[in-house]
Amino acid sequence: MRMPQLTAAPRGRVRHASVVALASIVALLSLVPLGFIVWITIDTGWAEVIALIFRNRVGELLVNTVLLEICTIPLCILLAVSLAWLTERTNIPGARLWSWLAAAPLAVPAFVHSYAWVSLVPGMRGLWSGVLVSVLAYYPFLYLPVAAALRRLDPAIEDAAASLGLGPWRVFFRAILPQLRLAICGGSLLIGLHLLAEYGLYVMIRFDTFSTAIVDQFQSAYNSPAANMLGGVLVFCCLLLLGIEVLVRGNERYARIGSGAARPADRRRLGWFVGPAVVLPVVTAVLALGIPFVTLARWLYLGGTDIWRIDTVGSALLQTIALAIAGGLLATIAATPMAWLSVRAPGRLQRVLEACHYYVGSLPGVVVALALVSITVRLILPLYQTFATLLLAYVLLFLPRAMVGLRASIAQAPVELERAAMALGRTPAQAVRQITMRLAAPGFAASVALVALGITNELTATLMLSPNGTETLATKFWSLTSEIDYVSAAPYAFMMVVLSLPLTLLLYVQSKRTAGQ
Amino acid sequence: MTFSFSHLTSALALAAGLAVAPMMANAADAEGIVVYNAQHEALTRAWADGFTKETGINVTIRNGSDMQFANQIVQEGAASPADVYLTENSPGMALVGANKLFAPVDAATLAQVPETFKAADGNWVGVAARSTVFAYDKTKLKEADLPKSMLDLADAKWKGRWGASPAGADFQAIVSALLELKGEDATRAWLKAMKENASFYKGNSVAMKAVNAGEVEGAVIYHYYWFGDQAKTGENSKNVGLHYFKNQDPGAFVSISGGGVLASSQHQKEAQAFLKWITGKGGQAVLRDGDSYEYAVGNGAASNPKLVPLSDLQAPKVEPSKLNSKKVTDLMTEAGLI
Repeated sequence: MRMPQLTAAPRGRVRHASVVALASIVALLSLVPLGFIVWITIDTGWAEVIALIFRNRVGELLVNTVLLEICTIPLCILLAVSLAWLTERTNIPGARLWSWLAAAPLAVPAFVHSYAWVSLVPGMRGLWSGVLVSVLAYYPFLYLPVAAALRRLDPAIEDAAASLGLGPWRVFFRAILPQLRLAICGGSLLIGLHLLAEYGLYVMIRFDTFSTAIVDQFQSAYNSPAANMLGGVLVFCCLLLLGIEVLVRGNERYARIGSGAARPADRRRLGWFVGPAVVLPVVTAVLALGIPFVTLARWLYLGGTDIWRIDTVGSALLQTIALAIAGGLLATIAATPMAWLSVRAPGRLQRVLEACHYYVGSLPGVVVALALVSITVRLILPLYQTFATLLLAYVLLFLPRAMVGLRASIAQAPVELERAAMALGRTPAQAVRQITMRLAAPGFAASVALVALGITNELTATLMLSPNGTETLATKFWSLTSEIDYVSAAPYAFMMVVLSLPLTLLLYVQSKRTAGQ
Repeated sequence: MTFSFSHLTSALALAAGLAVAPMMANAADAEGIVVYNAQHEALTRAWADGFTKETGINVTIRNGSDMQFANQIVQEGAASPADVYLTENSPGMALVGANKLFAPVDAATLAQVPETFKAADGNWVGVAARSTVFAYDKTKLKEADLPKSMLDLADAKWKGRWGASPAGADFQAIVSALLELKGEDATRAWLKAMKENASFYKGNSVAMKAVNAGEVEGAVIYHYYWFGDQAKTGENSKNVGLHYFKNQDPGAFVSISGGGVLASSQHQKEAQAFLKWITGKGGQAVLRDGDSYEYAVGNGAASNPKLVPLSDLQAPKVEPSKLNSKKVTDLMTEAGLI
């Protein structure tokens, strides 16, 4: 729901200034990793930079990364759109169940997906294994927005297309698919960025990407120029991806004329096609959920009660929860000024600030971590290896997630109520606190939860930045799987999935709600 | 009182604070020591538990890899939070030593270990050792097919048939020995051939698993991964045999795991006591009786009886403080291996 925008009244301007200041501070912090890479590039000297970037290894990594992107994203689109269409627009039996199961793989961290596959098929490696596991781990990022968009479409357009003589397939390609473009572009971008950032998944199936190579360099030489230059190329890839998405998305818009609401679309009868159609959600659920759960269950069974050591599993669980809540709160608080500005005071400055907030979240954790390691060890030693730095990394990495929930709920709090409160004698600050913020509380909670989900499954930044003695579920799981101790690793994987489940549920429900149901 | 957003935030912030505070207190325990640990986590955990039980001194372990920590300590300089640095191999120790960041190891500790297993200048001490091996697929290779020297693996006939874990400190230590024994040009050529010939894995155990699964015919790793797996289920080493190069070959290199106390440590006494304990009876007995299968290095300390005795390995003579890690990572970066 979009609300009429406030034209800044003189009185409001003062208030905006302080919010703009707060948002600018966060935006400046977001620029730190990028600034660091620019600085280190200059500091290293062009001759060495060129030698480090234009070498065969970088070429190999680039080929790997590009192949991964161009194989995975189209497959994700195909799978997600087919599943969304089947569950939202056909009379497939058990549509609701399939829709739940299509979103559920999000609760399994990507590196747990590949742990499951590798322990089932030990020889799995290389590009095609990478594509397979990436599709299964990440397609829900497309399924959720596409399904939500499909539900929201006005069937009148399809009726018009059909009345003009188009058959069902052509209606789909000419009338439905174009309207899904925004959802598909957004979801694909998210997946593309995840593919660039993912570390654990590809290490386990032995597929080298920039992220894995940076960690290799880090482990061989700490924050060497070679690692930072690989980071620079990776950042360039991210920016390229963001640019491509803007180009593909374009700025066409869709509009309906006239008042009233769209009626829900009729579900298409599948007829004899029901049988084959059910195969797709079944196979997807088996591969994306069945395999992880069967493997986990098998290792848990083999390990028996010995692997459930309360001292280690319990302390990793507590530390993970504490970091997730603290990081979730901080990231959401940091995103609040920007979210408020973007709804209540849109403009050129706001767009620039907002871009800063979003870009940093698209950087891989390994790049942000490398920058923060180098900066703290060289310049601000008191912050080195502290929770403060780790939490800062989380805030930077998950700012966009925090913005999503906040923006939507602030937009739903009508500015008129705020004005009415002021008319009744509240100061502007009181009005915002007592009206807008209270109405936005559910969105705030959703943002905290979204960020917490990210932190629970975060690996590289935690490995590189955490204070001495920190052991989260993800880092414990990682060190055990590195020793191929799959049995002892199972409880940690299990706990990560359990923690992620309610958050995935929340995401699912939220995607339904934005669709107006 | 009505529900308000700010109450909610403060309640949540308080909860998070309460949860994080004990972790922070725990992490910054002033009583104990911080160990930068590049050794296998389980081994150091066993050492730390034994030490804490005997002395009451707490040990906080940070896990990472040899060269990561060595370079990290150099950058941290005097502000390093670490008290003790433990490695799997010696090049990392040499790097920190060359930057003069170690405090001399107590004489009593040094006296517990023979000359060959410690730094000549007494800045660090060996805590365990490991032998290079060629782990091969017994179902595919007969003894006559095995390479006589590790250098033979550069031959075109080995193309696509062997593997290693080049990003790991273990393998980089082997390369540093090669560099020391055969010189820069030979090493560069060997690494270049390796890039052509070998398959690359993340970790020695993963490389061994690949040999077992028939992906490659052999892998250059250290001995104890095989013994460890045999002692457990044998699942990853059923088909694998170990070939020791011997004859002072670079591939017969015995790598010394080292331990040192940082000069910047605020807990010198406790840190020295830790090194003394792990190189002494208690610590070396963990190597003999535990499931690490690394060699004990203490004077008169016995290794696990299942291992080929150290004295039979015919390892090449390499002065550990000469092993050059920077040159090795540069050469490997140049060859496109990392």
